Amino acid sequence: MKMPVPDSGVIARRRAIVDALRAIVPGEGVIVDEAELRAYECDGLTAYRQLPLVAVLPETVDQVSRILKTCQEMGVKVVPRGAGTSLSGGALPLADGVLLGLGKFKRILDIDYANRCVVVQPGVTNLGISNAVAGEGFYYAPDPSSQIACTIGGNIAENSGGVHCLKYGLTTNNVLGVELVLMDGTIVRLGGKHLDAGGYDLMGVVTGSEGLLGVVTEVTVRILKKPATARAVLIGFPSSEQGGDCVAAIIAAGIIPGGMEMMDRPAIHAAEAFVHAGYPLDVEALLIVELDGPAAEVDHLIGRVAAIAADKGAVCTRVSTSEEERLAFWAGRKAAFPAVGRISPDYYCMDGTIPRKALPLVLTRMTELSARYGLRVANVFHAGDGNLHPLILYDANQPGELERAESFGNDILRLCVEVGGVLTGEHGVGVEKRDLMTDQFDAADLEQQQRLKCAFDPDGLLNPGKVFPTLHRCAELGRLHVHKGELRFPDIPRF
Amino acid sequence: MTTTILKPETDAQLVDAVRWALSADEPLELLGQGTRRGLGRPVRTAHALDLSGLSGVLAYEPEELVLTARAGTPMAEITALLGERAQHLAFEPPDGGTLGGLIACGLAGPRRIAAGSARDHTLGIAGVSGRGERYKGGGKVVKNVTGYDLPKLMAGSFGTLTAFTELTVKVLPAPEDTATLLLFGLDDAAAVGALDQALRSPYDVSGAAHLPDGLAARSGVAGVAKAGGPVTLVRLEGFGPSVAARVAALRADLRADAVLDAPESRAVWRELRDAAFLGGVFPASILASPTPDAEGWGGGNGPKLWKLSVPPASGPSVVAAIRGALGPAGAAVEAFYDWGGGLVWLLAPPESATAIRRAVGTQGHATLIRAPQEVRATVDVFQPLPDPLMALTRRVKSSFDPMGILNPGRLYPGV
Repeated sequence: MKMPVPDSGVIARRRAIVDALRAIVPGEGVIVDEAELRAYECDGLTAYRQLPLVAVLPETVDQVSRILKTCQEMGVKVVPRGAGTSLSGGALPLADGVLLGLGKFKRILDIDYANRCVVVQPGVTNLGISNAVAGEGFYYAPDPSSQIACTIGGNIAENSGGVHCLKYGLTTNNVLGVELVLMDGTIVRLGGKHLDAGGYDLMGVVTGSEGLLGVVTEVTVRILKKPATARAVLIGFPSSEQGGDCVAAIIAAGIIPGGMEMMDRPAIHAAEAFVHAGYPLDVEALLIVELDGPAAEVDHLIGRVAAIAADKGAVCTRVSTSEEERLAFWAGRKAAFPAVGRISPDYYCMDGTIPRKALPLVLTRMTELSARYGLRVANVFHAGDGNLHPLILYDANQPGELERAESFGNDILRLCVEVGGVLTGEHGVGVEKRDLMTDQFDAADLEQQQRLKCAFDPDGLLNPGKVFPTLHRCAELGRLHVHKGELRFPDIPRF
Repeated sequence: MTTTILKPETDAQLVDAVRWALSADEPLELLGQGTRRGLGRPVRTAHALDLSGLSGVLAYEPEELVLTARAGTPMAEITALLGERAQHLAFEPPDGGTLGGLIACGLAGPRRIAAGSARDHTLGIAGVSGRGERYKGGGKVVKNVTGYDLPKLMAGSFGTLTAFTELTVKVLPAPEDTATLLLFGLDDAAAVGALDQALRSPYDVSGAAHLPDGLAARSGVAGVAKAGGPVTLVRLEGFGPSVAARVAALRADLRADAVLDAPESRAVWRELRDAAFLGGVFPASILASPTPDAEGWGGGNGPKLWKLSVPPASGPSVVAAIRGALGPAGAAVEAFYDWGGGLVWLLAPPESATAIRRAVGTQGHATLIRAPQEVRATVDVFQPLPDPLMALTRRVKSSFDPMGILNPGRLYPGV
């Protein structure tokens, strides 16, 4: 993984850049001390580390605007950062770039129950929003597993999902409005407390843009009433094919569960050994199906799901009879990552999406790859939407194992694309999957995406080196060879 | 003024057509079946690009919740196919037209509040940019964050960025049963208050509308028309036993006056979706005409249909402000509410644009929906944008269509 070569000219101007930032953000808001900068050297993808040129922690939108404008004028790159929980290196600093931390934007600005929305600053945590409205029985639906720490600003950058997103949507389906500062310092507002923006759906593009299009300084999200009831069914299958068939049959029956998670044998065993959730150990696939909603609906659907499971060859089916039992079913799944961490010095979490019907093929091929690379793999799977999280087990202290784990991971993601899926379902491309983008997209696809980037950031200063494997100058991308009047009228049907 | 319609039958022919248009500097009006041609600013070009020849469902996998079809595929065909597997497009789009036209116009119905809009269900696109280049964006699975979410940008872009060849959409199970609670006699503010109460309940309300006095009487559904005054409507959908239980509970909570059964419920929400109480968004008389003209859209001096998106609690006050600003003419304004008050359908006299836009202010947006060409050419059809956002919008347009070949001016002058 190569980052763009740092611009030694910019690094040489560090003092001038720091002075310019200090003129905008006084005192401790500009960080230059190496020991303090260490806190920002990586995000959740810890294999990659880089000290930023300087870090700045603004407190107002005006400061953000002036920082970006100044950096654009000085030709300095900027990497925005929320809580730094990205699993794809989206907030990896640049040696010649300013790290722009939004950690001081922590205020909840407006809780508006009458319009069923909340307005917050981007540094508010995902769970912080739900907690703020829990008293009235509301919550914010997307629930990435890092929700205690991750911020809503980062959620917008990554279009974060979670266990419940098949039914309740990703971040993009739950955001109503954003205030966005462009690289030239311009402040624009997209959406608001109403539905749909006037004009192009720029909010839709900004959500999931991984900090490449602008810096979000305010967010309006919709909040939902908490489901009245939730019950879960734990189902074991002798093969992953049967587990996959069961998922397909549940959806074909018109049921969209609140959550539908699958684990393979290694993941089941690791989780059970860790939290003793009472999982069956003699099955190849374990499914947790959670139904939520009005009690009458949940009771009705639990029965239907159990019947479908029996029909598809389930060898064990347990329906939660209490909230305690429901949480116990989930305990193993929620602890799956640390559980795998117990049985291996290190693990590498992947994130691809596949058409669910390809699951047996993908698992078979993954087993072959596991043997070839000599590394174990455990699978947890958002089964409802086909989002696969293979955990590759390795030991970073063994020379070459990290590189082998990465190669193995890349092969898994290429496999996801090969069967009709995509490189990332919820973690983002970042630096991690950047060089695989050409496996999913043609040159023309990527160039068109980069032209859109040029509309927001013509000098390519915002978070460069992420998402796109090759950087192009906007002038070069925008060039259009028009054969003025040289093409004959096309030979196609006309009326 | 269109003189020549180009109708490609293959993607390659579409590329040829756009490249020719670039080389000849001849902009193109994009058409499917032409059913949405009256939406947006009129596009005046000597050549039109008819995409209805690129038709056919390419893949439909009910268990994967995805459907991929060529852009010109008739919606009637898609709806019928989904119906065979008890699925649908959950955003409740209007009938007719093509898939490409539907997504390009970003249309959604009453279920928007619960299920999202066209943009929330557009997973993947392929097409030809205004540069004459084929490209794709998004994917063919329901969960994907790889690269920019171009499908969202395409939804509601009115053909100004890309001529679609293929679209992948998310499809969902259609509700097995439905019923609608009716509350009689509420004024606008009390009605939106009741809708708020319904939407704050844990009963998964999928439709929340209010028909003020005089409008309900125009319904073809007896239970609504005969109420003899304003009618407030709350829809519940889902599995049979669940709908029954929720109807019982919410009926008591809201002290509802009546309940519509499934057929009546479906009929009235179709009327609400199509704004039938105010003459309809796409009246049959207009759709029958190959080139909708001034007369087809209600005549130059007739009232104009507007669609306002505002914070739900503000709906009634926005309507009152518009009436007030129009003075005596304000009495002629007719309006009803959907999306819990957040969507206002408004039939207003000509020359109301300024009052409407002022009342909406910066808290939402107003779109002129049904008006003759000459009106749509002079009045801002879509909400005017603040300068920085308009400049960004122009740059986005230019990044896909630098020469302004595709539907120029459909959204804003030059865009």
